[in-house]
Amino acid sequence: MLRWLIGGGREPQGLAEKSPLQTIGEEQSQNPYTELIVLKAHHDIVRFLVQLDDYRFASAGDDGIVVVWNAQTGEKLLELSGHTQKITAIIPFPSLESCEEKNQLILTASADRTVIVWDCDAGRQVQRISSFQSTVKCLTVLQRLDVWLSGGNDLCVWNRELELLCKTSHLSDTGISALIEIPKNCVVAAIGKELIIFRLVAPTEESLEWNILEVKRLLDHQDNILSLVNVNDLSLVTGSHVGELIIWDILDWTMQAYERTYWDPSLQLDTQQEIKLCQKSNDISIHHFTCDEENVFAAVGRGLYVYNLQLKRVIACQKTAHDSRVLHTAKLPSRQLISCSEDGSVRIWELREKQQLAAEPVPTGFFNMWGFGRVNKQANQPVKKQQENAALCSLELVGDLIGHSSAVEMFLYFEDHGLVTCSADHLIILWKNGEQESGLRSLKLFQKLEENGDLYLTG
Amino acid sequence: MISAPDVVAFTKEDEYEEEPYNEPALPEEYSVPLFPFASQGANPWSKLSGAKFSRDFILISEFSEQVGPQPLLTIPNDTKVFGTFDLNYFSLRIMSVDYQASFVGHPPGSAYPKLNFVEDSKVVLGDSKEGAFAYVHHLTLYDLEARGFVRPFCMAYISADQHKIMQQFQELSAEFSKASECLKTGNRKAFAGELEKKLRDLDYTRTVLHTETEIQKKANDKGFYSSQAIEKANELASVEKSIIEHQDLLKQIRSYPYRKLKGSDLSAGAAEGSSQDQAGQASTTSDPDEPVDTEVYASRPDYTPKLIKAKSTKCFDKKLKTLEELCDTEYFTQTLAQLSHIEHMFRGDLCYLLTSQIDRVLLQQQHITNFLFEDFVEVADRVVEKEGSAPLEPSQDRPPSRSLEECLIPKVLISVGSYKSSVESVLIKMEQELGNEYKEVEVTEVSNFDPQENLDYLDMDMKGSISSGESIEVLGTEKSTSVLPKSDSQASLTVPLSPQVVRSKAVSHRTISEDSIEVLSTCPSEALIPEDFKASYPSAINEEEAYPDDSEGAIHFEASTRPPALGEAEEGSLENAPSHTDSSCCIGKETDSLLVPLPTSALKLSDDNSVVSIPPQRYRQKDPGFHVDFTVENVHPASRDNSSESFPPYELDPSCLPASRDVSKTSLDNYSDSTSYVSSVASTSSHRTPSSAHPTGFSSERHKKRAGQNALKFIRQYPFAHPAIYSLLSGRTLVVLGEDETIVRKLVTALSIFVPNYGRYAKPVKHWVSSPLHITDFQKWKLIGLQRVASPASAGTLQALSRYSRYTSILDLDNKTLRCPLYRGTLVPRLADHRTQIKRGSTYYMHVQSMLTQLCSKAFLYTFCHHLHLPAQDRETQELVASRQMSFLKLNLGLVNEDVKVVQYLAELLKLQYIQESPGIGHPVLRFDYVPSFLYKI
Repeated sequence: MLRWLIGGGREPQGLAEKSPLQTIGEEQSQNPYTELIVLKAHHDIVRFLVQLDDYRFASAGDDGIVVVWNAQTGEKLLELSGHTQKITAIIPFPSLESCEEKNQLILTASADRTVIVWDCDAGRQVQRISSFQSTVKCLTVLQRLDVWLSGGNDLCVWNRELELLCKTSHLSDTGISALIEIPKNCVVAAIGKELIIFRLVAPTEESLEWNILEVKRLLDHQDNILSLVNVNDLSLVTGSHVGELIIWDILDWTMQAYERTYWDPSLQLDTQQEIKLCQKSNDISIHHFTCDEENVFAAVGRGLYVYNLQLKRVIACQKTAHDSRVLHTAKLPSRQLISCSEDGSVRIWELREKQQLAAEPVPTGFFNMWGFGRVNKQANQPVKKQQENAALCSLELVGDLIGHSSAVEMFLYFEDHGLVTCSADHLIILWKNGEQESGLRSLKLFQKLEENGDLYLTG
Repeated sequence: MISAPDVVAFTKEDEYEEEPYNEPALPEEYSVPLFPFASQGANPWSKLSGAKFSRDFILISEFSEQVGPQPLLTIPNDTKVFGTFDLNYFSLRIMSVDYQASFVGHPPGSAYPKLNFVEDSKVVLGDSKEGAFAYVHHLTLYDLEARGFVRPFCMAYISADQHKIMQQFQELSAEFSKASECLKTGNRKAFAGELEKKLRDLDYTRTVLHTETEIQKKANDKGFYSSQAIEKANELASVEKSIIEHQDLLKQIRSYPYRKLKGSDLSAGAAEGSSQDQAGQASTTSDPDEPVDTEVYASRPDYTPKLIKAKSTKCFDKKLKTLEELCDTEYFTQTLAQLSHIEHMFRGDLCYLLTSQIDRVLLQQQHITNFLFEDFVEVADRVVEKEGSAPLEPSQDRPPSRSLEECLIPKVLISVGSYKSSVESVLIKMEQELGNEYKEVEVTEVSNFDPQENLDYLDMDMKGSISSGESIEVLGTEKSTSVLPKSDSQASLTVPLSPQVVRSKAVSHRTISEDSIEVLSTCPSEALIPEDFKASYPSAINEEEAYPDDSEGAIHFEASTRPPALGEAEEGSLENAPSHTDSSCCIGKETDSLLVPLPTSALKLSDDNSVVSIPPQRYRQKDPGFHVDFTVENVHPASRDNSSESFPPYELDPSCLPASRDVSKTSLDNYSDSTSYVSSVASTSSHRTPSSAHPTGFSSERHKKRAGQNALKFIRQYPFAHPAIYSLLSGRTLVVLGEDETIVRKLVTALSIFVPNYGRYAKPVKHWVSSPLHITDFQKWKLIGLQRVASPASAGTLQALSRYSRYTSILDLDNKTLRCPLYRGTLVPRLADHRTQIKRGSTYYMHVQSMLTQLCSKAFLYTFCHHLHLPAQDRETQELVASRQMSFLKLNLGLVNEDVKVVQYLAELLKLQYIQESPGIGHPVLRFDYVPSFLYKI
């Protein structure tokens, strides 16, 4: 009764039994979120959340409207409507340091083949571009050059005045699925199975023209690239539909590490099992990455994996972190990892060292495992249990947030105001630390008392 | 709709017909606390007499100049109500009292052209033969065709319960004054219209007469006047005189409203007094003319149809105007509405009325917390009332000038000698006194007063009895009357508002009231009159209006920080007060104990064998006392904490309350002592907002009763009622799941009495839902009735329910299970004891309310203690603050285990409400805990 399986029938029953979902029950002493505010403004799936400043964020989704909220009070500040179809990308457009106008701008791209620039302070539409041939699926701002790029079937470069500076030729019909900035005026675009690196040529004394050049194509992925993230100044990481995780050098675009087998049972288990399991290959697609200095946290299918960059191996994992695909993850400063999923839940994990625990029971086994971890082609021996023991750390579930009745598309973490989640059930939920909020309210209350002159304090 | 106490009261009345009167003879037996299930005689609701009517009603009668006293109508207009009660006889009784009272100084039969702005008189009258007691409100209406232009009417509130009339005198007086004012306003309007018509008639007559005289003059050119001509000339002269008189009348009647306006109620009394005086002087001159005039014109049939024929006053067969004609129809219906409102308002037992009045006043004082569990309708009403009475302020500086004028017109006391034999009751007349002598008394009293008592809140309650210079006349059956004059310190009224001033005022009032008690008890009269039988002249009320101002201020002031726990505790101690309604306090009974002089201090009234001379009273005048308390505490926040710590257990736990009779008696006396003042507050403030005068909607009364009954049933039926109620109190949504809509709705309604409100709007209760629940529902609703459908379609509903089980407790009515967190506190068991002796729904509802109010006060204390939430110094860590919080909750507030969460939740609601009071968009917040749930089964 406690467990709620979304679309339980859809998923193979056998699998659920094999790697049961970790549940935490109702006692979650480490879960600070004991207060929630439901925000209702959207009429369709809310897919995007972007932080505007310390206390504001914007939400956008399939209903084509952008709503600006106060993350502290949950107050709806603005509703921006201009798009006629669903919004496909949203990005804040930071104003220049030198610029007088400090108004917060955001860019939104929509399936109606327009991009609109909004002023989130004045609450108005600043400008609108409707000269696109295809839907813009991703947007990137190169702040250093003060230009922004839109990626659809081609890649266009725009300046702040919304003038088209240059564009590539038609790249693909499927369009660019992800786009990030890398050093040396380059951007990486994920198009199908390929990663294409473009270099942006800023106007120089010789030529006043902007230009964008294709520098390199990386064809190492066997399937569509679903996620593309900068790890740090040295590397970036990509993940594909079939679970390939590749870490690339950000400067010379060479492959630094490759991981797939850890979570892909088809490569580990014998053929008989493979037949049974291959039907749910969907389960190992890598949808999202989040990184910190040491680790890449990958959302692989329904599981969560922590890949250590130095050890070049997975150090912790939760094979079934959620009932359904994990859509978004984020690392909090407190060593906590938050993930949200299609099953409508948000879970809070904590990465814990577990060296002693692993060392005590089977000291020798530990080293065996160590070896195994490296030579991952070596197969069948390990049992799952051992495999988990092999991990240096563990992801412990410390809490879950249940509120949405449908897939949680994304979330946003505010240091001071808690967590904002958006979902396919058209809702946005503001999760707050109840104790902290209670304290804040007390503070407000006594401030008000003081204003009214009703506060009496003895020295 | 008869509320519960009524039913009890009247089912057994025959058996107890004589008993209450015997009670004083058995003091030792009745000195023990009344036990609810004691022998019949102890039943506080037993009726005093064999009244011939089934319940209270209002009678309007007239002293008709043609047929004498006659009943006009009753409210409710239902013969079942008054049954065999002889309305004619009673009309005679009440009108006869009035006739002497209202024509003081004016010989009957004399018709003055000047109008008497006669004040209404208010009298309490008893008739043992009929078993009826009545509050009688006399008023005179103007009728041009009536003798002396006046028609005496009276409105009487007739009840079988003497105490009720006595206790509710202030309220009755205030409400009837409104009705009377309405009638009189309409009457003035109609009268002015009538006068205008009459003037036109006269004018026309004059011209006609004039031309006739001219013609006659011409005809009789012989130089001498025929007798006919002389007659005509006389006629003309009298017509002219009549015109002047009528014009004067018109001017007078028209000037009335203006005076009223410019002086508000205050100067009206004085102005009327003086005009009355003038009227008296002027009357002699024009006296003889009036009948002549009218007779002359009556004989003239040849007026134009537009004009109204003058008529003869002596014409007894002429039909007098009906009451409706006398007043404008609009005003008349309005008056009727007001009267039936009064009838509603005073329905039910006295104890019940008193308790609800106390209740209302206390709630008013807790305006920060009362939104939590009170009916929002009431709250809204109260807000209106507060606003309404706010503009009273400017009238503060008036009383001195008025008092001078008052001294000039002492009123004559008339004793109702002729009706002595049957009127074994009290006539209260207002007597304006020359204030000087009383001021002396007062001064000495003040000097005797020990200022230390200020700190004792029990003491504080005693003050505030303003007797406002009226006198109370006691009419004994056989004995001579005695006049008990009392006065008030008017000097203090003009002092600007400050806590200190209020305090000193309180002191002086208190001492005065003590004084008067002494007088009362030593006087050999057999009738003891509760002090609140005070003057009801507008002037008297006006005098006290300065107080409402103060107390308004006080309320505002204390509302912001005053810990209501004190009020709470007092309310607790009061709770039982009505049950001590000793029937030995019958007024008009001569007993030995009454002759024993009572101790000077009202506090000592609770002697075991002495009869409590003052029956339980509404308890209103706490405001100034509270004010003082409050200021004291504000200055020393530490003492606030102390006070909360030092609550004796009986104050925190009403179940322990009945233990001490002395305690409750003491408080009774205190309250009775000071009643008059606050009731006048109430009357003045409600006067301004008639709509709010009736805060406890009687429609909700039944609802409450039923909810209480069903809640009681729930508690008895389900052993897991406690965790369910805990869920509601701690803000965890309770879902009541069931197939049968009526059963679910009933239970939801019953349980809704435990649901704290978010704000002043509506309870977060959803009675019936059939669609799957959403997270937003839990944010919005705290109690939901959910339909269980057998079809597969309902799978989603149950699925959603289990998904959100974290936020809900689920009460499954069909399977008789409850899934909710564990509860180990002590609060809910007291709130919902399945072995409770409470039988009645309304009683239980009140029990719940009082418990919840206590709870609110704890939450209030917790919320508004600064150091509990914010560091006292900068260095303090959050942990320290948190631990202080916990120890306060556990040690100071005495909360156990999960009770802490209840108070914390309420505190959050209070914070939210307080912060949101300023305009701004407030979002309801869903707070929850990560606690495991358990499944309870029967």
